[in-house]
Amino acid sequence: MTATSATPASPSTTPEPSGRRFSGLRLSTLRDYGIVIFLIALIIALWISTDTFMTVNNIKNVIDGAVAVGLIACAGSIVIMAGGFDLSAGAIFAVAAIVGVKISNEASPLVGILVGILVGAGLGLINGLLTTVGRINHFVATLGTMIAFGGMAVAISGSGLILVNDPSFANIANTDVLGFHISSWVLVAIALLCGFLLNWTVFGRHVFGTGGNLAAARLSGVPINRTLIACYVLSGGVAAVAGLIVAARSLSVSATTGANIIFDALAAILIGGNSVFGGEGAIWRTMIGVAILAVISNGFNLLGVDPLYQQIVSGTLIIVAVGLDAWVRRRSV
Amino acid sequence: MAYEGKGAAMDGDANRAHVELRGVSKSYGGVQAVRDVSLSIARGSVHAIVGENGAGKSTVSKMIAGVISPSAGELVVDGEVVQFSAPRQALGAGIAMIDQELAMVPARSVMDNVFLGVEARRGGVVDVRRQRAAFAELIERTGFDLARDVPVGALRIADQQKVEILRAIAREARFIIMDEPTAPLTQVEADQLYEIIWSLRDQGTTILYISHFLDEVLKVADTVTVMRDGVHVSTRPSAEETEASLVRGMLGRSLELTFPERRRCDPSAPPVLEVRDLCAAGRFADVSFSLRPGEIVGMAGLIGSGRSEVLRAVFGADPIDSGEILLDGKRVRSPSPRKSIANGLVMLPESRKDDGLVMVQSVAENTVISHLDDVSSGGLLRPDREKAAVRKLIADLDVRTSGQDAPIWSLSGGNQQKVLFAKCLMGGPRVMLIDEPTRGVDVGAKRAIYELICSLAAEGMALLVVSSELEEVLGLAHRVLVMRRGRIAAEMPADDADEENVLAAAFGTEGSA
Repeated sequence: MTATSATPASPSTTPEPSGRRFSGLRLSTLRDYGIVIFLIALIIALWISTDTFMTVNNIKNVIDGAVAVGLIACAGSIVIMAGGFDLSAGAIFAVAAIVGVKISNEASPLVGILVGILVGAGLGLINGLLTTVGRINHFVATLGTMIAFGGMAVAISGSGLILVNDPSFANIANTDVLGFHISSWVLVAIALLCGFLLNWTVFGRHVFGTGGNLAAARLSGVPINRTLIACYVLSGGVAAVAGLIVAARSLSVSATTGANIIFDALAAILIGGNSVFGGEGAIWRTMIGVAILAVISNGFNLLGVDPLYQQIVSGTLIIVAVGLDAWVRRRSV
Repeated sequence: MAYEGKGAAMDGDANRAHVELRGVSKSYGGVQAVRDVSLSIARGSVHAIVGENGAGKSTVSKMIAGVISPSAGELVVDGEVVQFSAPRQALGAGIAMIDQELAMVPARSVMDNVFLGVEARRGGVVDVRRQRAAFAELIERTGFDLARDVPVGALRIADQQKVEILRAIAREARFIIMDEPTAPLTQVEADQLYEIIWSLRDQGTTILYISHFLDEVLKVADTVTVMRDGVHVSTRPSAEETEASLVRGMLGRSLELTFPERRRCDPSAPPVLEVRDLCAAGRFADVSFSLRPGEIVGMAGLIGSGRSEVLRAVFGADPIDSGEILLDGKRVRSPSPRKSIANGLVMLPESRKDDGLVMVQSVAENTVISHLDDVSSGGLLRPDREKAAVRKLIADLDVRTSGQDAPIWSLSGGNQQKVLFAKCLMGGPRVMLIDEPTRGVDVGAKRAIYELICSLAAEGMALLVVSSELEEVLGLAHRVLVMRRGRIAAEMPADDADEENVLAAAFGTEGSA
């Protein structure tokens, strides 16, 4: 268009975006740190109202309880940031743990752990292929594999409880390093690794590009299929690690182990303020979400409140967090 | 007369105007799409509007349909001044629009779609029997051959269009707007549509017909309005017009922009990109052309003529059925965007927001996304290299931003477009396919982009520029290709190309123009 009236418009359009940017920044600051403030307030409230919350043993307890959910949530957030969605991580968690324990009973714990992780990664690969090469919607594909892998867990375990024969298997969960269980350090390591991958590597840029605008990423030469497959493999492998840690802690595993863990992990991702639409987000958000859920659960325990109410609180938190995200989005873009 | 009431009462009016525009204008941001248009559309007639891409045809029809509201002027329906703020209100006044993109629920049946939103009901329950009767009556009136219970998604486009028409009639529409209705149809189907249009007219319905195809307009319409640059040029009975007279009316766009001097390119240099007999069913056929180093080739043609589709196929974004793409004389096998970029062939897509940029990411992240290998080692990003590369590119292209880390959505359209250019230029490509170089940018940024394109050519890059703005093609290109209905209709050196013969080729009126 070569309309002559283009000139008077240019001065009026310049201040507008900067004004929008300003309010956008303020709102997203609220979105960023509101959740941190909420966590701190929660901790302070429990500190004041109970004698037991701020004790070394209780803190260790809280962290132990959060390890498995935290691991699944870390890798799961990367899948979501890449525009995918992994509902099957909880089922992979069970299958990998069962296979790992069975193999470690037959061979050695080390072989069992390695095979377990490989099985998790392999099942993740199936998810990756279904959603990319198979072009099946992420939600549908992983709902399908969630059900199928769940059935696989029952079939392999023979629907009973499988006990760990070699007690040294427990070492991967319960050895103390620097005052905390080694499993807690595994969570720290995986969280740092995920954050590092996202922010410092080519892979991370590919993840955000693929999730932020699939068409533009493809036209920019980003290997979108490879990126998504890698995310699902990571999610499967990390879910396996989580499963093995839980099996080591209780020295037993069954097909129903961690039946609801995927929903806790997704709740943590969303409560932390990550976008369900992909393309943005951060691991620290996910970890804040994990911490909030763990502290709430612990607090209800210490205060002797019926755990049923905990579910109501978690559900409400998801809706508030996602609603806030949508609200900020509408205002800032 | 099939329709009575309010409409029938107006029949006595001297000019029988059904819809009238009085001094209507519409501007988007700083761009004036329609300027002071006054137009009267007679009841019970087929009224066509023709014009180049961006002449304002669609804007006018959308204002009548209530999709957008005018910035100034009055809209008069049945002799009364109206102000529509939603299509629903226009529908209430008996005005329905059948869009280029048909809007239906594909999984539901023909009948369900026809009565969607106006279901015959008793209490809250759909009265199926009454609805079936109403459907049968509609079929009888129109003579359409449509099965009632087939899902709309299973129908051919031509039949889906009939569903849309039934839908408009079921809503008691007395004024139907059709935007490019024959574009997806075969000749036989188009002929059937003309019959339908005439029979609707004979029953008293007014049809506003928007089309690129001049022969068709002259055949189907009683009255033709020509628009140019958002301005009303003429409205005459179609019997008094010829294809040549319509093209003449569309000509004479004011060349307000000046273009940089074109450097001569060496016509004997071997082509860097050659495309041979490229075919893709339903999109384009037998497309062949070549690009030499230092050459800017312009591609003109109407929207929907297959220009973007050809660009995307050459870049490897969409599959082809047959044909060859050669880079430096070597055939590219199973092209993909990733492979093309590695080969030094880049594409700047038409839609910045959908295909170009990741809007939630920063200026820097968007700039380097195609060449992350250059700013990383062993998969690890090197922020120092990235910063340096981005700093250089945004300085070269004069991108105005508060910083590399600013989110891309905080930039103006012109600066976003420059970032898109920066992204394409990183890595020093040899061939660049540009789809609409200046879509949605202000005049200042336009001039900067023209200079950039010419300087890239001067440095030896080969460029193919697709544009809906004819002066852009004529002002930039050494050579002009014109596409029409999926084929290259004409090729001419810039010296021979002018608005008249390019438009004639685009509209398919070479003989008469």
